[in-house]
Amino acid sequence: MSFKTKMNNFFKGVKDKCVSLFKSSKTKVLKKPTLNGTKELLIKNIVPIMFIVIGIIGVYFSKFSAATIVNEMLTRLARNSFLVISLLIPIMAGMGLNFGMTLGAMAGQIGLILITDWGIVGIPGIILAAIISTPISILLGWWCGMILNKAKGREMVTSYIIGFFVNGVYQLVVLFMMGVIIPIKSEILLPRGHGVRNMVNLQGIRKSLDNLIPLRIGTVNIPVAAFILIALLCFFIIWFRKTKLGQDMRAVSSDMEVARASGINVEKTRVLSIIISTVLAGYGMIVYLQNMGTLNTYNSHMQIGMFSAAALLVGGASVAKANIRNVFLGVILFHLMFYVAPYAGKNLIGEAQLGEYFRVFVSYGVITIALVIYEVSKRRENRIEATLLRESTEGEKNA
Amino acid sequence: MSKQDNVFKSLVNSFGLPRLLIAGFLLLLFCIAPIGHISITQSISDVLMRFGQNAVLVLAMVPMIHSGCGLNFGLPLGIIAGLLGGTLAIELNVVGAASFFVAIIFSVLFAIVFGYVYGILLNRIKGSEMMIATYVGYAAVAFMCMMWLLLPYKHPQMVWGYAGRGLRTTISTEGFYYHVLSDFLSFKIFGITIPTGSILFFAFLALCIWAFLHTKSGTAMTAVGSNPVFARACGINVNKIRTLSVIMSTALGAIGILVYQQSFGFIQLYMGPFYMALPAVSAILIGGASVNKASIANVVIGTLLFQGIVTMTPSVMNSIIHTDMSEVIRIVVSNGMILYALTRKSEATL
Amino acid sequence: MSDNNIPLLEVRNVKKDFFGNVVLKDINFTLKEGEILGLVGENGAGKSTLMKILFGMKEITETGGYEGSILLNGKEVKFKSSFDALNAGFGMVHQEFSLIPEFTATENIVLNRESVKYSFASELYGDRLNTLDREDMRKRAVEAIKKLQVNLDENMSVSQMPVGYKQFTEISRELSRDGMKILILDEPTAVLTENEAESLLQAMKRLKAHGIAIIFITHRLQEIIDVCDKIIVMRDGKIVEDMKNENINIRQIAKAMVGREVSQVQNENSAQVSNNFSEDETILEVKNLWVDMPGEIVHDVNLKVKRGEILGIAGLAGQGKIGIPNGIMGLFNAGGEVIFNGKKLPHNNPKECIKNGLAFVSEDRRGVGLLLDESLEWNVSFGAMQAQNRFLKKICGIIKWRDKADIKKTTERCIQALQIKCTSSKQKARELSGGNQQKICLAKAFVLKPKLLFVSEATRGIDIGAKALVLDALKKYNKESGVTIVMVSSELEELRSVCSRIAVVTDGKVAGILPSSSSSDEFGLLMVAGHEAKEAV
Repeated sequence: MSFKTKMNNFFKGVKDKCVSLFKSSKTKVLKKPTLNGTKELLIKNIVPIMFIVIGIIGVYFSKFSAATIVNEMLTRLARNSFLVISLLIPIMAGMGLNFGMTLGAMAGQIGLILITDWGIVGIPGIILAAIISTPISILLGWWCGMILNKAKGREMVTSYIIGFFVNGVYQLVVLFMMGVIIPIKSEILLPRGHGVRNMVNLQGIRKSLDNLIPLRIGTVNIPVAAFILIALLCFFIIWFRKTKLGQDMRAVSSDMEVARASGINVEKTRVLSIIISTVLAGYGMIVYLQNMGTLNTYNSHMQIGMFSAAALLVGGASVAKANIRNVFLGVILFHLMFYVAPYAGKNLIGEAQLGEYFRVFVSYGVITIALVIYEVSKRRENRIEATLLRESTEGEKNA
Repeated sequence: MSKQDNVFKSLVNSFGLPRLLIAGFLLLLFCIAPIGHISITQSISDVLMRFGQNAVLVLAMVPMIHSGCGLNFGLPLGIIAGLLGGTLAIELNVVGAASFFVAIIFSVLFAIVFGYVYGILLNRIKGSEMMIATYVGYAAVAFMCMMWLLLPYKHPQMVWGYAGRGLRTTISTEGFYYHVLSDFLSFKIFGITIPTGSILFFAFLALCIWAFLHTKSGTAMTAVGSNPVFARACGINVNKIRTLSVIMSTALGAIGILVYQQSFGFIQLYMGPFYMALPAVSAILIGGASVNKASIANVVIGTLLFQGIVTMTPSVMNSIIHTDMSEVIRIVVSNGMILYALTRKSEATL
Repeated sequence: MSDNNIPLLEVRNVKKDFFGNVVLKDINFTLKEGEILGLVGENGAGKSTLMKILFGMKEITETGGYEGSILLNGKEVKFKSSFDALNAGFGMVHQEFSLIPEFTATENIVLNRESVKYSFASELYGDRLNTLDREDMRKRAVEAIKKLQVNLDENMSVSQMPVGYKQFTEISRELSRDGMKILILDEPTAVLTENEAESLLQAMKRLKAHGIAIIFITHRLQEIIDVCDKIIVMRDGKIVEDMKNENINIRQIAKAMVGREVSQVQNENSAQVSNNFSEDETILEVKNLWVDMPGEIVHDVNLKVKRGEILGIAGLAGQGKIGIPNGIMGLFNAGGEVIFNGKKLPHNNPKECIKNGLAFVSEDRRGVGLLLDESLEWNVSFGAMQAQNRFLKKICGIIKWRDKADIKKTTERCIQALQIKCTSSKQKARELSGGNQQKICLAKAFVLKPKLLFVSEATRGIDIGAKALVLDALKKYNKESGVTIVMVSSELEELRSVCSRIAVVTDGKVAGILPSSSSSDEFGLLMVAGHEAKEAV
């Protein structure tokens, strides 16, 4: 057998395979697109890679010592991880980034305002704030989930607007009802008799979680208790994935119709995912604010959704897939950039302001890029299918 | 009784319940205004002034809604084009009314470039335009914040006095295009000031859009928004039409912010354009538009109602109950309207 | 197992109508344990409706239920939902896969029936917080797969499976239910390669040995003959044959399926249409056409259309007949060669097609054919305006303004000519009935003044009166203006009453072209399976 016939047979075999593969196609996906290995890896991880580069450049120009940076990163990890983790469950249920997590943040803030007014300090204060926030979060999460069920396919933009809407309601409660309907007596009340001050000093609970179990290695402070809490939450998430409800959420995320046909209550499952996320966001906000020490009554919650989403995406998550690793990697990379940018800007161009704008730009930019990459790759699969079809027909013709 | 019920129902159906509620609320505000010793004529003047200020920005929603790109949350992109045009006109030291036209020419040029790129992006992510548009707008605003610091502007009216570089956060349009439209042919009748120039300018642009929608390309645009598959089957290049609509919206946004500045008196840079999309979006929705249908009438009604509420609530609330709840009401009404539109399937109400 | 006289399933006098339109009548049959029943019939013969009734699907209960009775082990059952049917021991594998792509075979097999381990949290928040018992899930899945005796890896993710394995996964899921007695397989082999189909047939025989009864729907008649004990042939909502599988050949079944012999109508009609075209002048030639259209396989179509004729394209659903016009008109990604009037047409470019004198009435009336939210005027004039610059006035020589008067006049003429029932030419297309919407689609195409008109499933879902009117309009149009028409339809009778020649598309290819006067079994054979038929004839 000559080489040529051998090759011909080989190609014929390949073509036959293609043809049979095509013939047997019923569902959309034939075969996963196979890009060049490294290139695919690069494209998939473009966002984290970009951030590593930005981070390295930033650290170099910011002229910070390693200890300072480690210290700051540990603080920020303890402060923000809880909030970012609260985004995981709606992603699991296929509802994208839950920008409605601000609802939970508001619930948490209401809890904090109340315990500050009542003068309950330390860990009991934090626990009480969490207890107060829970029913509010559940109620808001339930309502948000119901609305999102009416806006399937555009959950993200809707949850984003819900955040704004509920902010209005929050202002109504905090600015007009507190002191009138809800009794507030301490000095956090505005002198006019209703409304809470712009800034609430959380002196009573400040760092009480972080410093519960003090640990200091060299110059680096480690908020052990906060990390234990976060670890517990991680175990919860891992455990949750293994429950029936977690399995249902994955099914709903992958194909709502199939899930419904198998008897899963799709709508309820989706609402539950939002409720859990909202409640966790409420707790996350309390953890966040006990570290900050002051509550910016009318602003603290507004940016939290955006920063958390950006951090998660920086960690390599997509709108449809995210895990705990993404959370920690994301928080570290994102906050590294966030921390060093103003100093790098100052040392580089003599303008700290520039660095601040830069980090805002990067936060929004990264969400934009991650969303675009996700949408574009979703559409790429169709083109690959056409290629296979063409190959099969033309292959047959040539043979 | 049942007949009345039916009349009410048909009214609700034809006008839309939320819009009816908002219109009723506005009417109520006007009715109780005299109790708080608020001059009705002054209020109407204010509403008209704000109408002239904002109507073009609301008009900028129309082309993209028509072509099915959804609500233009990316309006800040157009506003940035307008800011570039405005600052360039001042930098070149074109004074008086001429500066307005120079600004428009520059901004439209920028808007065409931005809109083209933005349009191509939106064509690649059909179906998720709104979320991505929001973030494109924000990212662009943040990027321009850096640019405002770095671009080599020199005009003393614009740069920080102490540093000699970097643009100020607010720049006065005094001496340039301040009130070029608002004062043009404006007159007083029954104590109401009519900003004729602004209204005429808006009318002119609205007429252009209306006329465009009656041409071959305009017809194609409506069809693309109504049913893109149908349009494609009829030989329309859907992507091209969508890009055109995005360019038009961006250009109108750019002109819109210039009109706003000439009336308001200041150019607001940096984070200024950040939240300008939401009021425009909710205004057109209050006017009766939906996510994929909008008309000039929606723009006019919506802007009047929205600006009416924005103008009237603070003064009436303050004078009657001595609390300023207007901000809360504005937030709840405007975002509630957007939510309402997002959770409905489609179909226009006008 | 106890009493052989009482059949496992008995269907008595079942009748079903959709709003007065009778789709099933006098359905009677029985099924015993361990019996395989082959169910064949053309599209629209009522097979799917019958299965939906058996399976208690919502579409049936929501449209007023059915008449007659269904007996399971001698007791009457009435299912409110498909979940009732599942509980009673029915299992169904639908034509469309109902699998979660990211899940493994195991997870799909026990979907929403997962084994769980007790977890404390469930006391507080309900059963859904019990954790999954993966080991037990795997055991159950393996057990179900074992019944099939196929080589299916229970840990494989569905998205990576070849199609045959997906099919096995679905069947395993049905088998894993406790007390599953009757399995309905709706065209399970249509998507399988020959080897895969063969192993499925073997698996069916093994299930039969387990005492499971199977209702097997397929268009591949050889498979029916290979595995079935009993064959039921349906046509026009009735059972026309109910026979034991003894000494039966494909030809007999095919004939029963397609039914009616060439009738008088047919002869009359052939006189009407066949003299209109030139025998040797080709207007459209298609070579090696492939089309990427979901749910339709078109992959190497060669076809010549003669000038002035009405050519029919027949074939069973999903075999590719609908894909052909969609691909040529550029609505779906396509390749190969299309030569129209001696000129090669570009692909994926509807505008060029329309400019060159092609027009298309789509089978997807509401999705592709109409602007539902716009006026009839817009619907009728839009195509011509955009592709041919008609209905436009020039203002100042450059601005192309819509010519409202012209649009209105033309639309009103169409409304009159096609007897479209509407309040005015300004009415929205959405508000019209299906038949009238279809007429608007025709008007839209006629206004384009095409040289060749594709009409796809023109009479689907419209009432008889409108049907006749649409067909007459097409015939008249062909006769009077000499326009070549290519008509795609699932209803062979309809094609035979209008067309001169009919191409039968099977497996994405043209299986053969027959004059419309050919006998029914010839068509039937071409339809059921191109390659099998050739051998059999």
